[in-house]
Amino acid sequence: MQTKLEMKNISIEFSGVKALNGVHFSMESGTIHALIGANGAGKSTLMKVLSGAYNHYSGEIRLGGQTVMIRTPKHAQDAGIQMVYQEVDTALIPYLTVAENIMLLDTIHNMGKKQWIKWGEIHKRATEILKSMNINLSTRKLVSELTLAEKQMVLIARAISNQCKFLILDEPTAPLSHMETKELFRIVRDLKEKGVGIIFISHRLPEIFEICEEITIMRNGELVVKEKVPDTTPNQVVEHMLGQKLEEQFPARETVVGNTVLEVKGLSDSNKLKDLHIYVRAGEVVGIAGLVGAGKTELCKALFGVEKWSAGKVLLKGNKIKIKNPFDAVKKGIALVPEERRKEGILVNESVATNLTTAHLKEFTKGFSILDRRKEKAVAKQWIHSLGIKTPSEETKVENLSGGNQQKVAIGKWLVADADLYIFDEPTKGVDVGAKRDIFELIAQLVRSGKAVLYASSELSEIMGITDRVYVLYDGKSVKELETKNTNEEELLYYSTGGR
Amino acid sequence: MEANIIVNNQTPKKKSVELFQFFYKYGTMITIGVLILIFSFVNPSFIQSDNVINILRSISIVTIIAIGITISLTVDGFDLSVGSVASLSNAIVISMFVWFSQNTFIAIISAITASLLVGTFNSFMIVKLRIPDMLMTLATMFIIQGIALTYTKGATVSQNMVMPDGTMATGMISPHFAKIGAVPWIIIIMAAAVLLVHIFLTYTKHGRYMYVIGGNKEAARLSGIPVNKYKVVAYLLSALFASIGGIVLASRVMTAEINSGAPYLMDAVAAAFIGLSVLGAGKPNAFGTFIGAVLIGILQNGLVMMSVPYYAMDIVKGSVLAFALAITYYKQK
Repeated sequence: MQTKLEMKNISIEFSGVKALNGVHFSMESGTIHALIGANGAGKSTLMKVLSGAYNHYSGEIRLGGQTVMIRTPKHAQDAGIQMVYQEVDTALIPYLTVAENIMLLDTIHNMGKKQWIKWGEIHKRATEILKSMNINLSTRKLVSELTLAEKQMVLIARAISNQCKFLILDEPTAPLSHMETKELFRIVRDLKEKGVGIIFISHRLPEIFEICEEITIMRNGELVVKEKVPDTTPNQVVEHMLGQKLEEQFPARETVVGNTVLEVKGLSDSNKLKDLHIYVRAGEVVGIAGLVGAGKTELCKALFGVEKWSAGKVLLKGNKIKIKNPFDAVKKGIALVPEERRKEGILVNESVATNLTTAHLKEFTKGFSILDRRKEKAVAKQWIHSLGIKTPSEETKVENLSGGNQQKVAIGKWLVADADLYIFDEPTKGVDVGAKRDIFELIAQLVRSGKAVLYASSELSEIMGITDRVYVLYDGKSVKELETKNTNEEELLYYSTGGR
Repeated sequence: MEANIIVNNQTPKKKSVELFQFFYKYGTMITIGVLILIFSFVNPSFIQSDNVINILRSISIVTIIAIGITISLTVDGFDLSVGSVASLSNAIVISMFVWFSQNTFIAIISAITASLLVGTFNSFMIVKLRIPDMLMTLATMFIIQGIALTYTKGATVSQNMVMPDGTMATGMISPHFAKIGAVPWIIIIMAAAVLLVHIFLTYTKHGRYMYVIGGNKEAARLSGIPVNKYKVVAYLLSALFASIGGIVLASRVMTAEINSGAPYLMDAVAAAFIGLSVLGAGKPNAFGTFIGAVLIGILQNGLVMMSVPYYAMDIVKGSVLAFALAITYYKQK
C-alpha cells in the first residue's frame, strides 16, 4: 500500500528574502525521488520544512490525503518523516556508542515515565536494526572511532529505528568513496523494497540516473519541473537547474609548459603517504586523482607544511627547500585552497576585504606595520569584480555569501597573494554548476599566466576536464602517472580502485 | 547552506530588531550617561572635576590590566593569571626598594622581567602542550599567587617593615617612583595604554592577524599566519600589562599587600567583556574595554556616594557583567 506525500504551496522567508516561493512537491512511498538544484535553489530549505526544522513557513503538508501539522522535528518524526543531514557530525554524539546513537530518538521520546536505561535491550534492538540493514558494525564501538560512511549508516539506522515512512538523504554520497556509495545504494534500495519513500538530494547526476525513479528540479526557491527519470537526460536536467543551455564547462586552453616549479622526491609521512614522486611544471595543471581516503588531502597538506613528513625532499624551482609549516610555504610561494572551506579556508565573521588580503597583508601596510585601509578596499573591490564574486559590498561578512562565492573568496585570497604553485583540494565541493565554471576559468587563467597548479579531486570528470597530467593515488601511493589526453575516466577509476 | 541568502536589497527590517541593534551598539554609552545624570542629580558633587579625576584614577589600574586581558581575548584566548601577575609585580617592585635598596629602573625592570617569564610559561603550556587557555591560566593564577606569597613570606612589604630576623628594613622607595601612581601620571599611563593598544589592534598588520586567529585559527594557519607566534605575543603582552598594573598599584599604595592584584581580576574581566559590544564592535577591543572600566568605575563611585556599603558592590558589578554578556550573546544568536 502506497502513501502519498504532498507539500502544497510552501513559502518561507528569511529576514525579508524569499527562500521558497509557493513550492509544490509530491511523491509516493516505496519510491526513490531525486531533488536537485543549484546551490541556493532551496532544496535543503524545502526538506528542512518537511523535517520540522522551521515553523514560520506557509503552506500545507499532506500525508495520504490527510493534512498533518509539521512545525517541530518531533511532529515530523511522529508522522514518519526522518532526515539524515549532510553534516553527519552535527547529529551524532561522538563519545557515546553506536547503540546509544541509533536508539537516541527512542530514549528521548519513548521512555515515558521510565527512568532506568536498559542497556541489554538497547544493544539488542540496535543490533537488530543493523542486521536488518545487513550492516556489520559493533554496537559497542564509540561513534568517534567510525569512518564517515559508517557514521552515515548509524544515522540511517537511527532514522528507521522509529517507524520511518519517508527518509530524506541530503547529499549522502558527497563524502563517500565508490565502494561506500555502492553499499549505501544497496541499503537505499532495500529500504525502498520495504516501502520507505526516499528523497535523495545530490549534485551528482550519474547517481541520480542510477538509483532514482522520479526527479524534482528546483531553481531560485521555485519548482521548475517534476518528471520521470527515464524521460529525461543529464543535459536536460542541467539546463533546468541553470535555466539556460549548458555551455562547455571546462575552458579550452593551450598548454605551454615551462620549467619545473615543484619536484617532490620520496615523500612519506607517518601514517598515509608512502614514497611519492611528483613534479609540476609552470603552465600546467597536474591532477591528483584517487578515491576518498587515498591520501589526496594528506598530500596537499604535506606540501603546504601542515602535516609533518617522515621522509623525502622537495625542490622548488630547482632549489632544495624545507617546508616546516604553512608560514614557510606561503613565504616560498605555495598556496593551498583547502577542502574544508568554512573550517580552514575563510573567516566567516570577517568582511570579504579582510578575507582577500589575509594571506598577503604585508602588501597593505605602511611604516610600522600600520594598515593601509584605502588600498585594501580598492584592491578588494578590484578582485571582487575580476573574480565575479556576488556580494553587496567588500564590507559584507563572508558568512552571508553563497557556497560558490565563499569558495571564490577562498581562492581569491591566494590570487591577491600571488604564489608560484597553487594547490587546490576539492575546490568544487558544495559549489553549484555556474560557480564551478568560474572556478575552472580561474584555474585556466592561472596556468595561462605561467603558474603551476596541483588539482586534487575525487570527481574524475573534473580531472579529465581541467588537467594536463594526472597522478593516481591509491592507499597513499602514487600508482600511475597518466597524460590526461591519452586516458579516460574508466582507466582512472581502474587505477584508483587499486588495479595494476 | 540554503539559509545563507545574500541580502543585497535592504528590505525594511522589523522595528524591534533595529531597536535591539541600537541598544547593542550604544547601550553601554547610554547607561553611562544615564548613571551620570542620576548620580549628579542625587549628589551634585559627583560631576565636579575633583570627583571625575577621582573616578579616572580609580579605574586606571583596572583598565591597564583589562587591556592585557583584551589582547589575550583577541586570539581567542583568556588570561586569568593577570591578577596574580599584578600581585607578583607589586611585591617585586616594592621589595626591590625596601629589601634590596635598588633604584627605580632596576625595580621596574625586575618586576616586568618576572611577569614576562610568567607570560612565557603560559604561552609555552598553551601553544606547545595545547592546554585550553582558560584552564592553563587558572593553574598559573594559583601558582603565581603562591609564588608571590612565598616571596613575601606571607607578609605585607612596606618601608621600615620588620624583617624575619628582627631588624628593620632599611631601603626607601624612591620619591620619583611615587609619582607614577599619582595624578596626572596614573591617568596618562592608562590613556597611553588604551591608545597604543587600540592603534596596535585596529591599525596594524599584527592586530589584524590576531583578530584573524581569534576568528578562525585553522584558516589563519592555512593562510600562512604564524599562529603560535602571535599567541605567544598575546600572552606576553597580557602579562606585560598586568605587570604595569601591578607597578602602578605599588606606586599608588607604596606597599605590597598580600594578593593585592587579585581583586582587579574580576573587574578587569568584566570591563573587557562589557567592551565587546561597545559601538557594535562585537569583538575584544581596547576602546570598548576602557568604556567598560568607566562604567564599573562610575557605578562604584556613585554608589559609594549614595552610601551603598562596599560589601554589596560586587552584586551590582556582577549584575552589570551578566547583563553585558546577555546582550553580547543574544546578538550572536
